[in-house]
Amino acid sequence: MFKKTVAELSRALASKAVSSVELTQLFLDRISKYRDLNAFITVDPEKSLAQARAADARRAKGEAAALTGIPVAQKDIFCADGWLTTCGSKMLSSFIAPYDATAIARFSGAGAVLLGKTNMDEFAMGSSNETSHFGPVRNPWDPTTVPGGSSGGSAAAVAARLAPAATGTDTGGSIRQPAALTNLTGLKPSYGRVSRYGMIAFASSLDQGGPMTQSAEDAALLLGVMAGFDQRDSTSVDAPVPDFVAALDHPLKGLRIGLPKEYFGDGLSADVAKAVEAAIAEYRKLGAQTVEVSLPNSSLAIPCYYVLAPAEASSNLSRYDGVRYGFRAAEYKDLIDMYCKTRAQGFGAEVKRRIMIGTYALSAGYYDAYYLKAQRLRRLIAQDFEQAFEVCDVIMGPTSPTTAFKLGAKSDDPVSMYLSDIYTISVNLAGLPGLSIPAGFDGKGLPVGLQIIGRYFGEERLLNVAHQYQQATDWHRRLPKGFD
Amino acid sequence: MEWESVIGLEIHAQLSTRSKAFSGAATRYGAEPNTQACAVDIALPGVLPVFNEQAARMAVKFGLAIGAQINHRSVFARKNYFYPDLPKGYQISQYEIPVVAKGSLTIELDGHERLIGITRAHLEEDAGKSLHEDFHGMTGIDLNRAGTPLLEIVSEPDLRSAKEAVAYMKKLHQLVVYLGICDGNMQEGSFRCDANVSVRRKGDPKFGTRAEIKNVNSFRFVEKAIEFEIERQIDLIESGKSVVQETRLYDADKDQTRSMRSKEEAMDYRYFPDPDLPPLVVDEAFVREVQATLPELPDARRARFMSQYGLNRYDAGVLTSSREMAEYYETAVRESKGDPKIVANWIAVELSGYLNLDNKDIAESPVSAKPTTPSQARLPRKSLRRCGRARAMPMRSSPRRASSRSPIPVPSKRRSTR
Repeated sequence: MFKKTVAELSRALASKAVSSVELTQLFLDRISKYRDLNAFITVDPEKSLAQARAADARRAKGEAAALTGIPVAQKDIFCADGWLTTCGSKMLSSFIAPYDATAIARFSGAGAVLLGKTNMDEFAMGSSNETSHFGPVRNPWDPTTVPGGSSGGSAAAVAARLAPAATGTDTGGSIRQPAALTNLTGLKPSYGRVSRYGMIAFASSLDQGGPMTQSAEDAALLLGVMAGFDQRDSTSVDAPVPDFVAALDHPLKGLRIGLPKEYFGDGLSADVAKAVEAAIAEYRKLGAQTVEVSLPNSSLAIPCYYVLAPAEASSNLSRYDGVRYGFRAAEYKDLIDMYCKTRAQGFGAEVKRRIMIGTYALSAGYYDAYYLKAQRLRRLIAQDFEQAFEVCDVIMGPTSPTTAFKLGAKSDDPVSMYLSDIYTISVNLAGLPGLSIPAGFDGKGLPVGLQIIGRYFGEERLLNVAHQYQQATDWHRRLPKGFD
Repeated sequence: MEWESVIGLEIHAQLSTRSKAFSGAATRYGAEPNTQACAVDIALPGVLPVFNEQAARMAVKFGLAIGAQINHRSVFARKNYFYPDLPKGYQISQYEIPVVAKGSLTIELDGHERLIGITRAHLEEDAGKSLHEDFHGMTGIDLNRAGTPLLEIVSEPDLRSAKEAVAYMKKLHQLVVYLGICDGNMQEGSFRCDANVSVRRKGDPKFGTRAEIKNVNSFRFVEKAIEFEIERQIDLIESGKSVVQETRLYDADKDQTRSMRSKEEAMDYRYFPDPDLPPLVVDEAFVREVQATLPELPDARRARFMSQYGLNRYDAGVLTSSREMAEYYETAVRESKGDPKIVANWIAVELSGYLNLDNKDIAESPVSAKPTTPSQARLPRKSLRRCGRARAMPMRSSPRRASSRSPIPVPSKRRSTR
C-alpha cells in the first residue's frame, strides 16, 4: 500500500479498501522505522490521526474530495496552526505557529492529513539540506549522499515512501533539484500561482510553493488544491485554476521542445547528459520535435540570483530580532547586545553569509552596482525565455549538473554548492513554471532529473508533457533499495 | 551681518482610515497595549502586507487639494533598520516614486501671501511605541500603532522664518482636517513635524548646512525649536565654528535642541522596492472619483464668504478655519435670514469667545446653528456656560497608561539589564 501514488490511494480510499486512519498509521510507522533519514523535524501522531479520523468521517458522509484522507508531508516552512514551525532554524526552534498558511488551509479544506513537518535547509538557504539546525537529511538512494535542498526532507520522505506526497518551496531550485536527486516529480509553479501567505519568506520575489510527488498525475492533484488567488498575498495572481488532471491526457504529437544549447555545455556530468538525451529521444518517439534555442544570459543567472535573493532575504530575516517571538540569547548587556547575540547564536553560517551579502548589495554606494544591475539582468533573462518560447512550447534540459553528491563534499565551498542550481535559478528569475521528472540513473545507480520549463501560467501543458513521458517509462516507479 | 534662515518641514499626518495600512487591524487610539496588533502587525513569520485602498484615496485627495501631480504608478519600498517597536525590521514607505508629486500651498502671514512648494507626499506605515517606564529597567513595546497609515508631506526649503513655518504647518493642518483625511489630533500624535533648518548670509545663493529637528508635536514648540536652532546656528558661525549636519531633538522643558546623532552615525536605510507589494496604480478613473469627493477648500470658501456675504478678509478667515465652523455659519445665515455680517460677528466674536473659554470647538457648541438669531448674541454669559457644562463632552483624556503586563518587554537601550 505504501508504494501507491496519491491517485491510487485516492481510489483505494474511495473503494473503502483502506481508511485514512490506517493509511496515516502506516506512514507514521514508516517515518518512525526510517527515522535515520532525518526527513522530519516534527511528527505529531495524535494530531495527524485526529485529522485522519475527521477525513474518514467526511468520506462516510459522502463529502470526500480527491485528497480527502491522503497524508501529505509539509515542508517546515509552512506555518500550520498549533504545529512547531521551525524553518530549519534554531531561531524558530520553539516557534509554534498560531495560524495556517494558505497552502496548509487549502490542504485541510480538501481533507488531506498533515503527516508531519519535513526537514529543510535553514530558511530554505542551501542545496543539500546540510544547513538545517536539525541536522542533514540522508538520500534514500545512497545514505552517504545528500537528498538536495532546500526541500531535502520532503524529497527523502517521498522517495523512501514515508509519505505518499509532500510540499516543497523553490526560490532557486529547492523543489526541482532535490526531486532530481531523489527520483521524484517536483513542480515549481509560476510566480503568483500559489499563495505565499504563511510560507516563511526567503526571497519574496522568487519563492513559490509546489508539490513533490511520485508522478505528474499526483503533482496535478496537489497543485489543484494549492493553486489559486489569495487576497492575503498581493503577489498572487487572480487567474482561474484549470483542471490540471483533465489536461494530462493530451497527446504530444506536434509538441515543440526547445533545447537550450547553454544547458548542455561545460559542467554537465556525462551521466546526466546521457540520461537527459535519452529522455529527449523518448519524447521524439512520442511525437515531439526538438529545436535548438538559446538562452544567452544563462551564465549570468547565478550572480544575478546571488545579489537579489540575499538582498531580499537580508530584509525578510530582520524580523528575527529576539523581541517578540523565537529565540533570544540568554545573556546580554543591552539592546544592541541582545540583537547581536540573538542573531549570532540563532542563525547558522549560510544564513549569516547571505544576510551579509544582501546587506552589502543594498548599501548606499553599492545599490546601483549590485541590486539595480541584477534587476536589469533579471529582465534580460526573462526576455531570453520569451524569445525561446516563440519557437517552442516547452524547454527541456538537465535539472542539476550532477547526481547526488556526498554529504560534506561541498559544505566548505559555497560557490560549488551554488552551482548545483545553475539550470534551475533562471526559471525563478523569469517567474516561469519548472518541473523535474525522473529520467534514469547514473553509473552508481543515482537518479537523474529531466527539467521541463513552461510558459508563464502554463502548468497544465507542463504536467501533461511530464505525464505522457511517465506513461511510456517507469523510472518514476522505481524505489531505492531497502525501502521497497 | 544679515542672516536668512531656510526651513523645510516634513509633516507626518496620520490618515484616518478605520483599519491599518497593510492589515485589517483597527486603528482606534488608546486601546490596551497590543490589543490592536494582528499577525501582520507583529510580523509573524510568513505574513504578508495587503494595501488598504482607503489610504490611497486619502493621499490622492490631498494631492488634488494642493494642485499636485498624482503619480499613476507609485512604488512601495522597504526602509530597513532595527528598532524594538519596528516589528519587521523595516518600515514600508515610498521612496523613489511617491503617490503625490510636486504641489504647493499658499500661506498668509502678517497680511502677505506666499506660495510654499510641496516636494512630495508619500504613503507609509507608522511604527509601534516604546514605553520606557514601569518595566523594571526593561522597555515595553506596544504595537497598536504599528502599521497605521501615514502621509508624509515634504515641503520645499521655502520657509524663511519660524513664524512662516508655523503658518505653513497650521495651513496644512487645517487642510488635512478639512479634507477629512486626518483627525489632526496633535496630542495623540496624529500630526507630527520634523523641521530641517539652516542659515545663510542674505543674498548667498547656496544653502547652509542643515540640522533636522525630529518629532515636534505642537505649533508652539515648532516655533520655539526653530527659533532656538536658528540662533544656535548663527552663534556657531559668528564665533568661527561651523554647523554640522545632524539630527537634533527639541527639549521643551529646557527650550533647546540637542544632538541626537551626527551625519556619520546616520543610518543607511538600504531602501529597495518591497517585493511583497505590486506598485500602487492610481488610474484616471480613480482620480476623477476622488476629485468628485473633494469638499470646497478653505481658500475658495473664504473667497466666497467675502464675495457672497460681504465679509471682511479676517472674519471670512475665522469662519472658514474649519469645515464645521464654515458649515455652522452658513446654516446660521440661512436659518436666521439675518444680516450675514451680524451673524458672522456673533459667531466669530461672541460664540467663539465663549467656546474658547470652555476649551470647546464649534462642533461641541451648545447653541445649535439652526434657531440662531442675532438676539442670541445677547445671551448672558452664565447661561451659555451652564448650558455648555450640561452637555460637556469629556475632555480629551491623556494617553492611557500602559498596564505593566501586556506590552512586550525588551531590554532598554539606555540601561543595562543585568
